[in-house]
Amino acid sequence: MSILIRNGLVLKDGELKKLDVYIEGDKIEKIGADIRVSADRTLEADGLAVLPGFVDMHCHLREPGFEYKEDIFSGTCAALQGGYTSIACMPNTDPVVDNLAVLKYVIDRAAEIDNCKVYPIAAVTKGQKGEKLTEMGKLKEAGAIAFSDDGRPVSDANMMRLALEYAKGVDALVISHCEDMSLAAGGVVNEGFNATIVGLRGITRVAEELMVAREVLLAEALDYKVHIAHVSTANSVSLIREAKKRGVKVTCETCPHYFSATDEEILSFNTNAKINPPLRTQADVDAIIAGLKDGTIDVIATDHAPHHADEKNREFDLAPNGTSGFETAFSVGYTFLVEAGHMDLAELVDLMSRNPARILGIDGGEISEGAVADIAIVDLEADYVVDSSRFVSKGKNSVFNGWKLKGIPRSVIVNGREKEIRS
Amino acid sequence: MLKRKDLLGLRDLSKDEMLQILGTAVEMKEIIESGDKKTGHLVGKNVVTLFYENSTRTRTSFETAAKIMSANCTSISASASSVQKGETLIDTGLNLDSLLTDIIVLRHNMSGAPHLLARNVRASVINGGDGMNEHPTQALLDIFTMREEFGDDLRGLKVVIAGDVKHSRVARSNIWGLSKLGALVTVVAPRTMLPLEIEKTGVGVSDDLDEAIAGANVVMGLRVQLERQNASLLPSVSEYMRFYGITDSRMAKADAQAILMHPGPLNRNVEVGSSAADGDNSRILKQVTNGVAVRMALMYLLTGGKV
Repeated sequence: MSILIRNGLVLKDGELKKLDVYIEGDKIEKIGADIRVSADRTLEADGLAVLPGFVDMHCHLREPGFEYKEDIFSGTCAALQGGYTSIACMPNTDPVVDNLAVLKYVIDRAAEIDNCKVYPIAAVTKGQKGEKLTEMGKLKEAGAIAFSDDGRPVSDANMMRLALEYAKGVDALVISHCEDMSLAAGGVVNEGFNATIVGLRGITRVAEELMVAREVLLAEALDYKVHIAHVSTANSVSLIREAKKRGVKVTCETCPHYFSATDEEILSFNTNAKINPPLRTQADVDAIIAGLKDGTIDVIATDHAPHHADEKNREFDLAPNGTSGFETAFSVGYTFLVEAGHMDLAELVDLMSRNPARILGIDGGEISEGAVADIAIVDLEADYVVDSSRFVSKGKNSVFNGWKLKGIPRSVIVNGREKEIRS
Repeated sequence: MLKRKDLLGLRDLSKDEMLQILGTAVEMKEIIESGDKKTGHLVGKNVVTLFYENSTRTRTSFETAAKIMSANCTSISASASSVQKGETLIDTGLNLDSLLTDIIVLRHNMSGAPHLLARNVRASVINGGDGMNEHPTQALLDIFTMREEFGDDLRGLKVVIAGDVKHSRVARSNIWGLSKLGALVTVVAPRTMLPLEIEKTGVGVSDDLDEAIAGANVVMGLRVQLERQNASLLPSVSEYMRFYGITDSRMAKADAQAILMHPGPLNRNVEVGSSAADGDNSRILKQVTNGVAVRMALMYLLTGGKV
């Protein structure tokens, strides 16, 4: 199978150039002007940007156990819709991905479906209970791309120390959802003026920052890497920036909603704006953008968190956390970072493709001859109003519903094969 | 009539709407004080009080108001209903719609619950207190009581609200309502019971009740939820009383005509000294009567009644 992408604006060496891309098998065979070959399929990409397929290192596919929210099929379809060619899914399924059987189930199911590439993240501790380490070595051998207890953070500091220490021996990546549960104290939104106005219990920003500080210090003491999930506060950015300056092996991600939305969204008790960590303030948004620009924040991940409409259409306190993220991530990034003048497209693509691929140690994230043919073809001129009821994901819960965004993925190629995309 | 389906809070209520309710309540009070406590204002209307939290005053007040105006009135407690069988708030509301309900008065322990219900049902929803968010009819009756005492123009009136402001829906509704009418509100609370950035609502904030109370026209105590002692928000009841309790000696520092208010239920000798609560300046029981008049006015106006 061979594909020729003609006349696209190819992102190569940091610039968009009008070039052709010729793909043979699963590799990019040749990039050049006016390539003359007879390919099995030719894609006319006039006026469209040809980008490395996006890599999401933080999402929730909900299968097994919560198929009413999302399953591996619907989730990977939604990922393709958003231009993602590789995604790493969190282990908080039922049962939890803390053993070889469930891990292999996710891998096999994703292979059967054969949409985008799915890299499961396994739990750090059995049952995400924070008590006993999972078999990180075996799980890694069997395909676990990283380890995280995500929404149920490892509260016990010594347990996290042991996890990082053990991970070092088997060269595993640990991803930490930073939230001190005692400080979070059952809060449901960011603690601040907007929480005060509506009388919703607030979560102090210190709940996140305290654990960011802990992970940074542990990583420093153990001289080993750690990845901080979904950074949302200004002080978290500062802590990580300073740690990186000292040479600590810390990487981190943020999500589209943390550089585009604030806790004003909660004033109408909009449960789609109930996310953990919570949406913060404009000062935090500004600090996140600064962190993205200066390299403190390495990655934009979706934290795609699909939920059933019935679960979100409840009392705010009872609604689950999260926003459905795959299908808006690129356009939020493009609109709020590139169009807003904070960075150029190449920098955004590094945050969404190259950097997460490097941190996870997987193929993808670049367009160059010999590289794997994971490609997103995107219309940068198209704008649209988000209508989450039309999402491919089962999760129609989007904080961006009704927002006007720019940039729509039109085609996706995974391992050299064109995948179906609905719009 | 009010051109709105629901009454969810004073934050979103205009000053004109508030004055319309308060003005109508004056007439309603004349009716209930007339001796013949029966009117036809709500004939043929069905009122349901749906309470997910315990309540004596608010529930009885709404039901009394509805019955005086000849409405059919049904009360549902979450603890003795299908809620215990797992029925969602929206489903309960839809069933009440099917039971031909015109007004649902909702008391709920979670902020925003009445907003959720209102978006999903045909009936008018009145917020009877939601979580820490709002208790609009309480604030309306508080404001009604202040207007009775000090005249209709509350501009410049000094109101001190003391107690657990952080967890108080009464405080929030009073802040929104009183601010719209130009009163000057100061809140006093232990710092653990003070919500972050409350000063941005425009209220004064003080740590010193003696200082705040000096020259005040209205001193409003808030109920201390004693179970919060376990959450270490306050070290002890006696410590609380010492620094934040409204006592006779503190009331003496207020304006000579100052009144003492409290939304109830009262913890005697915790937030308010017993003799202050029973003193000549206390309007605590008058507030309760005024609540009936205010709720009559509100239900009448929400169901299309004309001023």
